[in-house]
Amino acid sequence: MLLNEILRMAFASLGVNKLRSMLTMAGITIGVFSVIGVMTTVSALRGSIESGLSFLGSNIFQFSKYPTGITNDGNSRRKIEARRNVTLAQAQRYQQLMEGVTDVVCLKAPYRDGPLQATYQNRKTEPGLNMIGTNEHFLAANQFTIDIGRNFNPEDIDLGRPITIIGANIVKKLFPSESPLGKLVKLGGRTYTVVGTFAEKGSTFGQSQDDMVIVPITRYLSDYGSANVSINIATEAPDQQHYNEAVDKAITAMRIVRGLKAGDDNDFEIYSNDSLIAAFAKVADAVRAGALVISGIALMAASVGIMNIMLVSVTERTKEIGIRKSIGARRQSILLQFLIEAVVISLAGGVAGIFLGVAAGNGLAVWMKAEIVFPWDWAAIGLIVCTVIGVGAGLYPAIKASRLDPIESLRFE
Amino acid sequence: MIPPTVSRSAARAVRPPGALVIEIEGVTKLYKMGTEIIHALRGVSLNIRRNEYLAIMGPSGSGKSTMMNMLGCLDTPTAGRYEFSGKNVAHMIDDELAEIRNREIGFVFQTFNLLPRSDALHNVELPLIYAGMSPHDRRERALLALNNVGLGDRIHHRPNELSGGQRQRVAIARALVNNPSIILADEPTGNLDSRTGEEIMALFEQLYEQGNTIIVVTHEEDIARHARRVVRLRDGLIESDGPID
Ligand SMILES: Nc1ncnc2c1ncn2[C@@H]1O[C@H](COP(=O)(O)OP(=O)(O)OP(=O)(O)O)[C@@H](O)[C@H]1O
Ligand SMILES: [Mg+2]
Repeated sequence: MLLNEILRMAFASLGVNKLRSMLTMAGITIGVFSVIGVMTTVSALRGSIESGLSFLGSNIFQFSKYPTGITNDGNSRRKIEARRNVTLAQAQRYQQLMEGVTDVVCLKAPYRDGPLQATYQNRKTEPGLNMIGTNEHFLAANQFTIDIGRNFNPEDIDLGRPITIIGANIVKKLFPSESPLGKLVKLGGRTYTVVGTFAEKGSTFGQSQDDMVIVPITRYLSDYGSANVSINIATEAPDQQHYNEAVDKAITAMRIVRGLKAGDDNDFEIYSNDSLIAAFAKVADAVRAGALVISGIALMAASVGIMNIMLVSVTERTKEIGIRKSIGARRQSILLQFLIEAVVISLAGGVAGIFLGVAAGNGLAVWMKAEIVFPWDWAAIGLIVCTVIGVGAGLYPAIKASRLDPIESLRFE
Repeated sequence: MIPPTVSRSAARAVRPPGALVIEIEGVTKLYKMGTEIIHALRGVSLNIRRNEYLAIMGPSGSGKSTMMNMLGCLDTPTAGRYEFSGKNVAHMIDDELAEIRNREIGFVFQTFNLLPRSDALHNVELPLIYAGMSPHDRRERALLALNNVGLGDRIHHRPNELSGGQRQRVAIARALVNNPSIILADEPTGNLDSRTGEEIMALFEQLYEQGNTIIVVTHEEDIARHARRVVRLRDGLIESDGPID
C-alpha cells in the first residue's frame, strides 16, 4: 500500500477532529517553541555579542574589581565584594609600569548615579546618558572616532580640565543648528566645554552608543567624588604576537600596584574579548540547559497527550478498523495508518513550534538589535525529536489497532 | 444498470462445478455471554465447489451470518476444520486471511459496513487501495462497479446521504470491485424493493455465468430460487442441503 495513500487517510481522519488534533499538537508546539525560541535568541545574541564586544578591539584586555560572569557561590562573592577599589593613583602607577610595553592604557570610571541629562540653554536631552570619566585612549580602546573638534590630550587629563566630548544623539538634541564646539553644556549639575563630538556609531544590545559623553577622569573624580569609584583599566597590546606577553606583564604590574605578596591571589579580574565571550557562553549554556529541561518536560507531557488521543481514537474507530480489515487491510496498513497519524500530529506541532520559536527568538533579537538567525541545527533536531515522539507515542495504539479482531471490531458500536 | 439477462421462467443451466474451494467439517461456534454460552453453530459440515450458486436459508438467529463470517475468513470456528482452497484456515496468519479477503472474496454485509465519512466512490475504492492498485486504475474500476449497481450519479454521496437500498448497492459494488471469484452476500436484497432486488440478482446470475462462486444468505424463497443449491439452517445445524426445488 502506498505511503501517500496512508498519509491522505491520516490527514483526513485528523481533519475530522480538528480541535482535538490542534490541542494535541499544541503540547508539542509549546515544547518545541520554548527550545527553538531560546536557541534562536541565544545564537542571535551570541553573534551580536561577538561583534559587539569587538569594540574592545582584538588585542585589548581589561582589569576591574568585579568579574563579568555570574558568581553563584556566596563565599567567593563576599570575597569579591571585600576587594579594595582600584584607585586613580593605582591606575596611574600601572600606566607608568606599562610604559615599556604599551602606551595605550585607557582608564574608565563610569557614572552610576542614576539617569543623567545634558542641558544647553533651554534644550535638554532625554535622561539616560552614558557618562564616563576617562583619558585620551578612550577612542582607540573603544573604537570611537571624532566627528568634529578634538580628542582629549594628556594635558587635559593632568590638569583635570572641565571639558567634554559628546555623542551624536546629544549633538542632535542640543545643537540642532549650531556648532557645539566651545559651548558650555551642563551634565549632572556641572558645566563642561564641548571640545569634540563622536561620529555616529549605532547601538549594541539595544543600547545606543550615541548617548555617550566623556570627561577627563581626573575632572570626573573631583566633580563626582572618588570614594566609591573603582577604575576599569583597558590595555591594548601592541599586536597579536605580544598579546600574551603583555597580559603577563600587565598582571605583574597590577599585582605590584595592588601591593600583593607572592602567595596572594589576584584581587582584581582580568578579562578580554575571549573571556567576555566565554562568560557569555557560560550564561548561554545555562539558559540553553534550562530551555532543554523545560522543553523536555513539555514534550514528555505532550507525548503522553498524543498517546492518550491515539488510544481514544483507536477505540472510537474500532468499527472503521473492522471495516478496513474485513475488506483486506493487512496489519501493517492499519499500523502505519495510526502511526503516521501520531507522527503527523507531532511533526505538525513541531513545525509550528519551530516557526513560532524562530519568530519570537528573532523578534527578541531584533529588539536587542542583533542579527536575525535561523537555527537550522536545532530545527533539524526538533523535527527528529518530534518524529521520534510521534512514533513513540503512536506505536502502542497503532499496534493495538492493527491486532483488533475484524469481526469483533465490526460489531463495535 | 444491466438489464436482467435471465428471466425467472427461463430454464437455468446448472454449470458444471469446479474444484473444491470451501470444505467445512464439524464446525461449531460458541459465544460466551457472561456465564451463558450460545451455540451459534453446533457442528456443520459443508463442501462448496468453485462456480456453485448457493443459497443459505433459515430462521432468524439460526446462524446464517455466523456461518458467512466464517466462510469469508472473518471469523474462526471454535472447533472443527475449515479448509479454503485446500489450506486450513486455522493455520493461516492474519495477513494471509487479509489477502484472501482482499483478493478472493467479495463480502456484502447484512449491515453494509460502509465507512461513514467517506463517499460512495472512496468506499468502493477501498479494497483496491489495499490491493495496491494505482489511483487512476482504481478510480476507473470503482466507477464501473458503481455504474453496474446503478449508482453512477451518487458517487460523491456519503452513506448518510444515501437511502438504505443505495447503501446496500454501494456495499455490493465494493464487494464486486476487485473481481473476486467468490461472492458472499448476507441478505443482499434485504433493503431493496423487488425490482431493484431482481436487478441485483441478475447481476449475480451474470457473475455466476462468468464462472464465479456465489453464496447468498436470504430468507426470501423468491431470492433463493435464483440459486442452484439451498442449504437450510436451523438452530446452528444444517437441516437440509440440496438442489433447488
Ligand atoms: N457476537 C455474538 N455474541 C453473542 N452471541 C452472538 C454473537 N453473534 C451471534 N450471536 C448469536 O448467535 C446466534 C446466531 O446469530 P446469527 O447472526 O448467525 O443469526 P442469523 O441466522 O444471521 O440471523 P438473522 O437472520 O437475524 O440475521 C444468535 O442466537 C445470536 O444471538
Ligand atoms: Mg444474519
